[in-house]
Amino acid sequence: MSSENKDFGKNKAFLIDMTKCTGCRGCQVACKQWNQLDAEKTKFFTGEGYQNPPLMSEYTFTRIKFRDYEKNGQNEFAFYKEMCMHCNEPACASVCPVGAFVKTKEGPVTYDAKRCIGCRFCMVACPFGVPKYEWSKAFPLVRKCTGCYSRIKEGKKPACATTCVSAITYGPREEMIKEAEKRIAARPEKYLKKLYGAEEAGGTSVIYLTALPFDELGFKHVTKRPLPSYTWQALRLVPGIFLTVGSSLSLLSWFNHRKERIAKEEEMRKSGSAPKEG
Amino acid sequence: MTAAKITQVVVDEVKGYHSFVKFLIFLVGAAAVASAIRFIFGLGVTTNLNDTFPWGLWISFDVVTAVPLAAGAFTLGAIVHCFHIKKLEPLVRPAIVTGFLGYSLVCVGLLLDLGQPQRGWHTMVYWNPHSPMFEVSMCIMAYTTVLFLEFLSPVCEKFGYHVPLRLLRTIEMPLVVLAASISTLHQSSLGTFFLIAVDKLHPLWYNPLLPLLFWVSAMCAGMSIITVEATMSHKYMGQPDEGELLETLAKILPCVLSFYLALRLFSLFALSEGALWDRPGLTALFVLEIVALVLPVLMLAQKKVRENGRLRATAAWMVIFGVVVNRFNVSMFGMEAPGTSYYPSFLESIVTIGIIAAHILFFVLIAKYFPIFEHHPETVDYSLPDHFHKTENGHGHVGNEA
Repeated sequence: MSSENKDFGKNKAFLIDMTKCTGCRGCQVACKQWNQLDAEKTKFFTGEGYQNPPLMSEYTFTRIKFRDYEKNGQNEFAFYKEMCMHCNEPACASVCPVGAFVKTKEGPVTYDAKRCIGCRFCMVACPFGVPKYEWSKAFPLVRKCTGCYSRIKEGKKPACATTCVSAITYGPREEMIKEAEKRIAARPEKYLKKLYGAEEAGGTSVIYLTALPFDELGFKHVTKRPLPSYTWQALRLVPGIFLTVGSSLSLLSWFNHRKERIAKEEEMRKSGSAPKEG
Repeated sequence: MTAAKITQVVVDEVKGYHSFVKFLIFLVGAAAVASAIRFIFGLGVTTNLNDTFPWGLWISFDVVTAVPLAAGAFTLGAIVHCFHIKKLEPLVRPAIVTGFLGYSLVCVGLLLDLGQPQRGWHTMVYWNPHSPMFEVSMCIMAYTTVLFLEFLSPVCEKFGYHVPLRLLRTIEMPLVVLAASISTLHQSSLGTFFLIAVDKLHPLWYNPLLPLLFWVSAMCAGMSIITVEATMSHKYMGQPDEGELLETLAKILPCVLSFYLALRLFSLFALSEGALWDRPGLTALFVLEIVALVLPVLMLAQKKVRENGRLRATAAWMVIFGVVVNRFNVSMFGMEAPGTSYYPSFLESIVTIGIIAAHILFFVLIAKYFPIFEHHPETVDYSLPDHFHKTENGHGHVGNEA
């Protein structure tokens, strides 16, 4: 984790065109299969709409959120594929006390379960609410989408991107952004003229194209500044503060003790010389 | 035979305790049982924590609030030894005992809250200096060690170990300075925790000065705890009356407190971004927090309050209350998204009550068996050992010339 100048354009990124999503949830199934995640016992309409499971969890790394709305007097569905955003500068990686999260040079943000102490700071820090906890276990760990890092290293695409027939494109981040802009330019009436993920949290490796405004679909409002910079502006002062407080207090006490010693000495001299005078 | 005898002695001793102390022992026992249940059945079943509220009472109270409440040790240590207000020295020892107990119990609370407590040592191996949690855990480990060393003094006195006592006296000053520096770091870094919660923590509390505010208010809480503690040990435990010293402390407290309030209001109105007064519940909590800190400033500004033991303790209680509300606002209420709420489960509450009870219990027992309050250093030569004989040589030299 560092803020050194790094070119994120070559990172592998997802371009997810929500207007092309049909809500088949093939991505959810592929994700569960590849990551060998247990099924969850769920019911329809326990969440906000038709989505199932209702929320991401320790067993569900990605989910399609449904939103029903009316267009030209007809009921329509819009979708949002929720998953780890694989931020360029991830908040989870910066707050983790043991550095269990790593932004790989390929793009995915990975999690090392062997290091994790289970403090859940990543869950507090993540602006997208991605890391989930194994609440069912006595000694829980964190779970989240790995961007199928093991597949990427083998030159394959992530499981969800492989399965998806229409909506997910996978490739270098700069190319994905170009492609997205091309699509907006070609069909301006179809798309919202904004990309989610291009600047959110300082830029992410998941870029969304939508027809509806982001907040209506359930996208979170997130600052454009990389999150680690918020804590680093305070933490970078730590060594300086330690030395300043330490040295100034040492100096102060040395000075005061010296004063006391001299005062004592003075007193001793007075009392010592008193009998002579007498 | 001997083992039975020892057990008999212990049982007789415990039987002689006040019923309040026995009640505390019961609460601590209940918390121990509750902790065992947490490790058998897991966090999900036993707490009200979930993916929306990953941090609950155990972080908000046992860590984020308990740490500033244990700040008396470093504050008083610095006041007495560095700023050289020597007459407050008798208060340092109870403060160190409180600090040592407080930090030990913070460690206990943290271990209960961690998913993998057996891997706590990982923070020492896999460093991530970008993480405020890394910094705080390193500081807490270091500072608990420092407090333990400082706490050894009364223990050695009790058993008459003179050699370690000498050694401890020698390193006393470095320890005091180290304690103040380490505390400055982690008291403030607890505020840094929440700087990452950019769009989560409500603007009434989120601002870039959060670390500084945490540090200054921790000192206020520390001084207030000492005041309350000394007043109560005098009243209920028959310990010597430190009223005169608390009066001096009560002069320092409102100064620091008004500095905090000025800083708090400045950061609120000049540095916060976003709508401040959009949620009535949070506004009420904010007002409560500020009022609980403004009133004691007004009270302690008057001489008759400072001289009156009861009023002084009341003001100190209010400061403690205000700081506790502030920490809960930052780490719990202010973090709740509109329309969601968290409240601790029965088991979470039992554990936290047990931790508070353990603190009081151990303090009472330590004060009973070790020389904590009896220590009035004007009767002891407390100057540093002068290995280089600078004073004597200098003195002798001057004497020769004269």
